[in-house]
Amino acid sequence: MAVGRKKKHKELFAQGNEAVVEGALLAGCNFYGGYPITPSSEVMEIMAQRLPKTPDGVFLQMEDEIASLGAVIGASLAGCKAMTATSGPGFSLMQEHLGYACMVEAPLVLVNVMRGGPSTGLPTSPAQGDVQQARWGTHGDHSVIVLSASNVQECLEMTITAFNMAEKFRTPVILLLDEITAHTREKIIIPREDEYEVFNRVVPTMPPEWYKPFEETVRGVPPMPPIGSGYRFHVTGLTHDANGFPTSRPEEVVDLIGRMFRKIDQFLPQVSLTEEYLCEDAEVCVVAYGSVARSAAYAVDQARERGVRAGLLKLKTLFPYPRAATEKVMGHARAIIVPEMNMGQMSREVKRVNNGKTMVRALNRVDGQIITPSEILKAIMQV
Amino acid sequence: MSEVIGNHIIHKYLRHNKKFPHVLCPGCGHGIALGALIRGVHCLGLEKDDVVIVAGIGCSGRLAVYVDFNTVHTTHGRALTFATGIKMAKPNLNVICIMGDGDALSIGGNHLIHAARRNIGITALVLNNNIYGMTGGQCSPTTPHGSFSMTSPYGQLEKGFDVVDLVRAAGANFVARGTSFHAQQLDKLIIQALQHPGFSMVEVVSPCHTQFGRKNKYKGPVDMYKWLKKSATPLERYEELEPDKREGRFPTGVFVDNDLPGLEEQYQALKQKMRGQAK
Repeated sequence: MAVGRKKKHKELFAQGNEAVVEGALLAGCNFYGGYPITPSSEVMEIMAQRLPKTPDGVFLQMEDEIASLGAVIGASLAGCKAMTATSGPGFSLMQEHLGYACMVEAPLVLVNVMRGGPSTGLPTSPAQGDVQQARWGTHGDHSVIVLSASNVQECLEMTITAFNMAEKFRTPVILLLDEITAHTREKIIIPREDEYEVFNRVVPTMPPEWYKPFEETVRGVPPMPPIGSGYRFHVTGLTHDANGFPTSRPEEVVDLIGRMFRKIDQFLPQVSLTEEYLCEDAEVCVVAYGSVARSAAYAVDQARERGVRAGLLKLKTLFPYPRAATEKVMGHARAIIVPEMNMGQMSREVKRVNNGKTMVRALNRVDGQIITPSEILKAIMQV
Repeated sequence: MSEVIGNHIIHKYLRHNKKFPHVLCPGCGHGIALGALIRGVHCLGLEKDDVVIVAGIGCSGRLAVYVDFNTVHTTHGRALTFATGIKMAKPNLNVICIMGDGDALSIGGNHLIHAARRNIGITALVLNNNIYGMTGGQCSPTTPHGSFSMTSPYGQLEKGFDVVDLVRAAGANFVARGTSFHAQQLDKLIIQALQHPGFSMVEVVSPCHTQFGRKNKYKGPVDMYKWLKKSATPLERYEELEPDKREGRFPTGVFVDNDLPGLEEQYQALKQKMRGQAK
């Protein structure tokens, strides 16, 4: 950019779902395949307007959620930066293909605006009930990256992060939002081109006959050419060898599954995103994510006013669970409070990391209502 | 075409780094269908890099691994959804979808009718052997009424699906049926299908003597091919037959032959228009 006056930032008054679209387009998303479902539909509606106007964007409304993720994986294999958005029941339908995407290492972004459940549940009420579904919904052993956002600006930023991580690690990335974040309208600032990073998948440079699509590399992530670019190889959901051909030889199976874990786990510090608020000297620490983290921040301020040294650890990455950041706050806090809009899906992770050392109190709500600052404040004052 | 058939063209298209033998039983009709597909690709002079084969699950799903194209072996019944994403992302590719009757009509029934309705430029081969072969011989949506399988040990009570009727009603551009006994006709049908814009579907009636024949009066592959020879009737002749003579026969040939533009073509036109407006 030319030296001198920088271009002014573009500002928008937008809801979370719109911010997701802005973030996706900034990250280079050029394929959207989806099926409408409340409270995620706005993502799809805005994509339908925007993508046909971009030079290489494709928008497709599929017949159901299973087809949506199938088309997204197909487009990803063909070289697109592809995404879909859904909500609870749709997310459940997508689980088979989520496992397939893990297995064939297809980069893609899946936004799930959570709603109450099980089943059709509470269609337009906030909930955070899909946390463990995001981690373990698909069958088999696999690593996973699950991100979240707690305000509209973060929806934009975390969508860019989701695309970057997907491309970097050749894996599906799930962005979990709740209805409050998705539908709240706030002013957001669209970053300038030089203010954010876009990562594109590594493509092979060797001659096609040398290329092995699922070979071990230093980072554990093999380069990935788009279909039709001269590198012909086999892609399968079956356990496969480095050439992509089905195999059931134990050593090849172990190599594949091991690499799929390793490629993400060895970069844990890069992948684990958290934010600390007044944590340095906190004796009571709240661990929260999504819109609940905003209530928690307010509650922490109020607790401080009343003389209680409270702090907040906000999780932006939910999985792989940010263990190091949690252990750090646990080192000095005498109590941890985990408020969430479910029966305790994340407090379970916190307790696992904590392993009985500190008091962990879960604060749960499953009635489709938000968790208010006063509820969290009450819990802080009680412990 | 005779020149092509004589010269073992298939060797040019097999993957030499893939461990053989293949998974198909001796006498299976699927290899003939794959051979026909390869002859079609060869006759039309399509580049290997421009051909994508997307396959579902089961015996037919395994065909993709042996041939040297871009190949994607997907989940059961969903092959068309993956193919749709690939075609929309790269409309210049020849996307061919190989499915079994379980794939296309059971789990994938919804995707099949929608791909046809959308008229997306994919060529679908439905290899119909009336049974779940690889899973062990359970009945499929095309298992004929009254026939036996592992899950219809007392005779199938449900009526079988007619793929051609279904896809025709859903709005596909090109719909045909051949058999793996009538190999030369099959070559021609596949060549036609590959040349059509929009969604084209060829049903290949293909015998499974291991799972279907064994339980239903066909003792081996020869009996099954004799049955195909006897029952497959060219469409024109079939239509002339009295209704009672049609019993036990099925029509083959081209059922729908339209040239409506495919979805990807319409989408490109829309993009052109949007870009014009942007200027």
